[in-house]
Amino acid sequence: MTSILTNLFDGVAYGMLLFVLACGLAVTLGLMNFVNLAHGAFAMAGGYVCAVLVNQSGWPFFAALPLAFVSSAIIGAALERTLYRHLYTRSHLDQVLFSIGLVFMSVAAVDYIMGSSRVYIKLPAALEGQFDFFGVGIGRYRLMIVVICGLLTLALQLVLARTRFGSRLRAAVDDARAASGLGINVPQVFAFTFAFGCGLAGLGGALSAEILGLDPYFPLKFMIYFLIVVTVGGSSSITGPFLASLLLGIGDVAGKYYVPKMGPFVIYTIMIVILIWRPNGLFGRTAAR
Amino acid sequence: MAAQEDVGRFARQHAQWHWSEIAFWCFLLGCGFLFTSRFLIMTEILRLALFALSLDLILGYAGIVSLGHAAFFGVGAYGAGLLALHGIINEPVIALLAAGLLASLVGFLTSFLVIRGVDLTRLMVTLGIALLLEALAERYSNITGGTDGLQGIEMAPVLGLFSFDMFGKVGFFYSLAVLFVLFLLARRIVHSPFGLSLRAIKNNPLRAAAVGVPVNRRLIAVYTLAAFYAGIAGALFTQTTALASLDVFAFERSADLMLVLVIGGTGYLYGGLIGAVIFKILQEFFSTITPQYWQFWIGLVFVVIVLVGRARLHRWVLFVPNLIIAQLRGSQAVVTVPESDAS
Repeated sequence: MTSILTNLFDGVAYGMLLFVLACGLAVTLGLMNFVNLAHGAFAMAGGYVCAVLVNQSGWPFFAALPLAFVSSAIIGAALERTLYRHLYTRSHLDQVLFSIGLVFMSVAAVDYIMGSSRVYIKLPAALEGQFDFFGVGIGRYRLMIVVICGLLTLALQLVLARTRFGSRLRAAVDDARAASGLGINVPQVFAFTFAFGCGLAGLGGALSAEILGLDPYFPLKFMIYFLIVVTVGGSSSITGPFLASLLLGIGDVAGKYYVPKMGPFVIYTIMIVILIWRPNGLFGRTAAR
Repeated sequence: MAAQEDVGRFARQHAQWHWSEIAFWCFLLGCGFLFTSRFLIMTEILRLALFALSLDLILGYAGIVSLGHAAFFGVGAYGAGLLALHGIINEPVIALLAAGLLASLVGFLTSFLVIRGVDLTRLMVTLGIALLLEALAERYSNITGGTDGLQGIEMAPVLGLFSFDMFGKVGFFYSLAVLFVLFLLARRIVHSPFGLSLRAIKNNPLRAAAVGVPVNRRLIAVYTLAAFYAGIAGALFTQTTALASLDVFAFERSADLMLVLVIGGTGYLYGGLIGAVIFKILQEFFSTITPQYWQFWIGLVFVVIVLVGRARLHRWVLFVPNLIIAQLRGSQAVVTVPESDAS
């Protein structure tokens, strides 16, 4: 019984991490209808920035996390302004080719700069080990992830639903032409959202170094997971991707624990079945018009 | 009636053999006699060309963007490998056909998943199928050999006459013959009414359905056919290298394949062939400069091609040949990239 609960908790932590990693993609892919396979590259950038700051410059872990966010956001904003924005109206084939190219470049570049072996981030002692909570083993690090990601999710939901920027974004996504007619600077909104999504991915990358492992092949290895979160979750709100990532996290941890021999087989099968059953995702519509 | 006759004449005109095509194939055959020290890399190019031809059938002609075409390549590769390893079918040509049929069976079964949904779902489903097969091959490593791959594959002589040699001479001519035969078949198919209906579907599925083209059945048919081609390419891989390992399913293989096709141009059969030659030359070039990081430059090629624009790039490439042709034969005879490629 307790092992089930521990697994459940690990799954939730994993899922929340996936959500933070992928929710930027939910906006670009789900809402702006841009197939960005290179999302993982931004996550990897954040992870490596954090690793360098903590391991080589001796920054405290919690001070390096915001830096991971900021650096990925800056990279994202720069790429959006220079490259991505030219491709919003192109065919999916062009977008796929372009973002695969970026993935290959990022993999080779990181391999060149940082080496190909897995990178570990030195954690503060307070985050190591686990404690018992009514007999359920809870990892401290995972608890921290649940807390941080949970807060982020709440904040995101509030920003999207309550603030002026949130309503601008929703308007721009619903109908870009009508929104620009109303005086909303649509490209600016998109650029800001893209950069913010990349920043979140960077933060997620920094947090995931401990759990998912950080090496130059990160963008390729986890690309499918991000895509699953978005396509299965749909994109009418952020609740869809959130639930999808929780499902994916719990499913993956449980699958690896109970049927280790089947490997990732379970996840892919479930994904294909869901996509066949509901091509627009489990929760609501996608903008894949 | 007059319009219909026009269409028929136009289609027949396009289906005729052009002298430059004959020259192209003569050149390929000639390579086998000229560069006798380079058989291995040339065989690789031919294999890649066949694989790209297969993707062209669904991407260029039917408009299905697939991120997991390596799935069928892998099925063909393992199929041929297992047939040879266990001595079920020793004769390469028959084993090739069997592997191709196996792949086309997988293609037929998965085509029902692929024709549902829009571009994005298709991307995900094709990618998912390739990953699924890779996971399966890893899971049943007692059959597939896992990460070590199938080892100790020995091929019988082709048609009982030509045994594979270590310089790859037989492998080259064998691959060339297979490519040529399959190319003829593909050429016949894309110029048939079936091929024309595929183009109609690619341009506008709704309109195609409205004029009476059975869209889904056509897509299933061409997907199965493409899987057959990819399976044969995979089987050739196993037969000429005597190796089949998990990386036949790898995502990079599908991604590289897209680059091959895009370099050469989608929507005409020589695109894959030309693309394969250029891609392999690029790859060789980059990996001699930076053995470990050639992927960076390949990625850069992807990005540049997209940013410059595929249609514009092809106009540039064809600028000089067209200038020459226009001088020699008047402006009527210029070579153009098919209109459908521009989008």
